[in-house]
Amino acid sequence: MTTQLTDTVTPQPPPTATRAQAASGPAAGDDGRPAPGSPVIVLEDVHKHYPMGDQVVRALAGVTLEVRRAQFWAIMGPSGSGKSTMLNLLGCLDRPTSGRYVLNGHDVSDMTDDQLSEIRLRELGFIFQSFNLIPQLTVQENIELPLYYQGWSAAASRERAQQTAERVGLGDRLGHRPAELSGGQQQRVAVARALASDPQVLLADEPTGNLDTATGQRMMQLLSDLNTQGKTIILVTHEAEIARWAHGQIHMRDGKIERIEGNG
Amino acid sequence: MALIKIIRDVRLGAKTLLLHKLRSLLTMLGVVFGVASVIAMLAVGEGASREALDRIRMLGSTNIMLESVKPTDTPDDRGQRTRVLDYGLRYEDERRIREHLDHVQRTAPVKEVRRSAWLGERNKELRVVGTTWAWFELVPRPIIAGRILGERDMDRTSNVVVLTEHGARRLLATEQSIGSRIRIVDGYYEVIGIVQNEEASGETQIPDSRVDAYIPLPVARERFTDFDVRITAGSIERERGELHRIIVQVDDEDNVETTAAAIQRMLELNHPNGDFTVQVPLQLLRQREEQQRIWNWTLASVAGISLLVGGIGIMNIMLASVTERTREIGVRRAIGAKKRQIVSQFLIETLLLAGIGGLVGIAVGPLLADRIESLSGIPTIVPTWAIALSVGISMTVGVVFGLYPAARAANLDPIVALRHE
Ligand SMILES: Nc1ncnc2c1ncn2[C@@H]1O[C@H](COP(=O)(O)OP(=O)(O)OP(=O)(O)O)[C@@H](O)[C@H]1O
Ligand SMILES: [Mg+2]
Repeated sequence: MTTQLTDTVTPQPPPTATRAQAASGPAAGDDGRPAPGSPVIVLEDVHKHYPMGDQVVRALAGVTLEVRRAQFWAIMGPSGSGKSTMLNLLGCLDRPTSGRYVLNGHDVSDMTDDQLSEIRLRELGFIFQSFNLIPQLTVQENIELPLYYQGWSAAASRERAQQTAERVGLGDRLGHRPAELSGGQQQRVAVARALASDPQVLLADEPTGNLDTATGQRMMQLLSDLNTQGKTIILVTHEAEIARWAHGQIHMRDGKIERIEGNG
Repeated sequence: MALIKIIRDVRLGAKTLLLHKLRSLLTMLGVVFGVASVIAMLAVGEGASREALDRIRMLGSTNIMLESVKPTDTPDDRGQRTRVLDYGLRYEDERRIREHLDHVQRTAPVKEVRRSAWLGERNKELRVVGTTWAWFELVPRPIIAGRILGERDMDRTSNVVVLTEHGARRLLATEQSIGSRIRIVDGYYEVIGIVQNEEASGETQIPDSRVDAYIPLPVARERFTDFDVRITAGSIERERGELHRIIVQVDDEDNVETTAAAIQRMLELNHPNGDFTVQVPLQLLRQREEQQRIWNWTLASVAGISLLVGGIGIMNIMLASVTERTREIGVRRAIGAKKRQIVSQFLIETLLLAGIGGLVGIAVGPLLADRIESLSGIPTIVPTWAIALSVGISMTVGVVFGLYPAARAANLDPIVALRHE
């Protein structure tokens, strides 16, 4: 029942489809990017229900999805359609009510809290709408956070933070506090933090939501570059402008995948 | 490696606390005052108890003190003023106690009189104690000059006197007075030595607190007899009393109480009118120690309450800090921090607050105790165990009051925490 989100030009399933239709097998992309690799994310009939009084909110009502290495997807859809819920599940911040989720070969569905923390630490990088840098820490220390939790030595993590900051163009801001940076710069720090421990998957919930258009475009350029360098990226957005940067769009409605455009 | 990590975590915690210097300082103050008052209170308690116990110890913990007591007047005595009132401990009692009780090592019989004395032109009424050389074994005091009474002085003809510091001062005697003669009433006595004596304090009677001079008991018996005539308010009281006091030394503290009971029984046989008392310094000591323990705990609990208040202050601030930093907690969790890492982060911060507060308190406590001593004159002693206790308590306060806020931080749902405004 796995849905292949690979190549072919925009298979347009009917709007009523609960999940994207199977497409043809994997092949090299048509835009010169490295060929999409093995599956990194596999969702199988995933449900997420929230009890609300005597009713149940079906935030996700049966999602099946496969994302391969170095793909770049945008999740779109109206408010309340389950985008954030989906991203939280993908980010291992939450467990599905039912269904199966395999991330980079690890079945996450029944992991303990500590195991989920470990997976987030090793496999994932988060970028948030409101940057979420820790205000009392310097840029350097913010970038070092994942390394700190991975138990890196001070010297090694200092060096890595330096490298990562340079990668997002902030090599000269390491000693600053977040409050001393512009929104765009703060979001770059957040990207650097997500990149620091070199995870395979980057997840971003409205990463440009708090940025002006020009800055937002530059941010998307950065993400696009990272994708070119091999990162798998999934972002949630309202804006078609932003979603266009991805190589595929997953449209959601009422907790289900309504339609898939592009091939990630 | 683990140490480096701990140092790093502590440095990070300290940095976070330094972001809110005033708030951290105020929070610490609670612990500072708590710990300082625990130490000061314990120092006051310890000082008071040490002093009282020292006083009691001066009586000797293996000693039993027997004293003559004048029986209360019976109605028919009133009419017969001429009758001689005969009461108190006898030479015979002393001999019986010394010879018949197993655990008795020594006894010092004491006959006490007040008589006029002269040294050159200087004339004072002295309190003169007739006793044996055993006295100086039971009530050992440093010798200032000369020598004390010895076995050879236990003779009716040995007209020698040992002055106490107090008595020497009254007669203006100095070390140069050794060898000179003092006249007491109509007899002459050679000054052979001067010894220190303890001043009386509080409710504890010390045997030599108001003694001016010691002479050999046989001499006192010979010169002053057992009769005393007192002229009070126009009436003449005639009294006969042999000994005023007997100090009994027992071989071991464990035997003091049984021996005291045996003496009590023995004396009751010959003194049906109850003209004596038996005092056991060891019992006094035990009572005082018990009282002191209760008092110490009272003081410590009062101080403990202020520490509790300090702890609640810490908890309050840490809870506020957790709420304030909900987002941060969410971010850390999203990045991959485990619950216990969040717990230890917050716990390190509270332990730092409590620990630094405790250290400052340990520095301030003895100063506070000094201040109390100089203002009130109550002696204070800061016991080492009080310092150790305070360190322990302040760390415990940190853990106890830090654990709840830390657990609350760790148990936040990361999704909810990230959405927190
Ligand atoms: N913790 C929760 N408890 C109860 N219901 C929830 C919870 N989280 C989400 N929901 C519900 O699940 C549904 C999907 O929510 P979700 O946040 O995923 O929507 P979204 O697509 O991200 O919307 P938006 O574009 O407004 O962010 C909504 O109806 C929402 O009310
Ligand atoms: Mg959302």
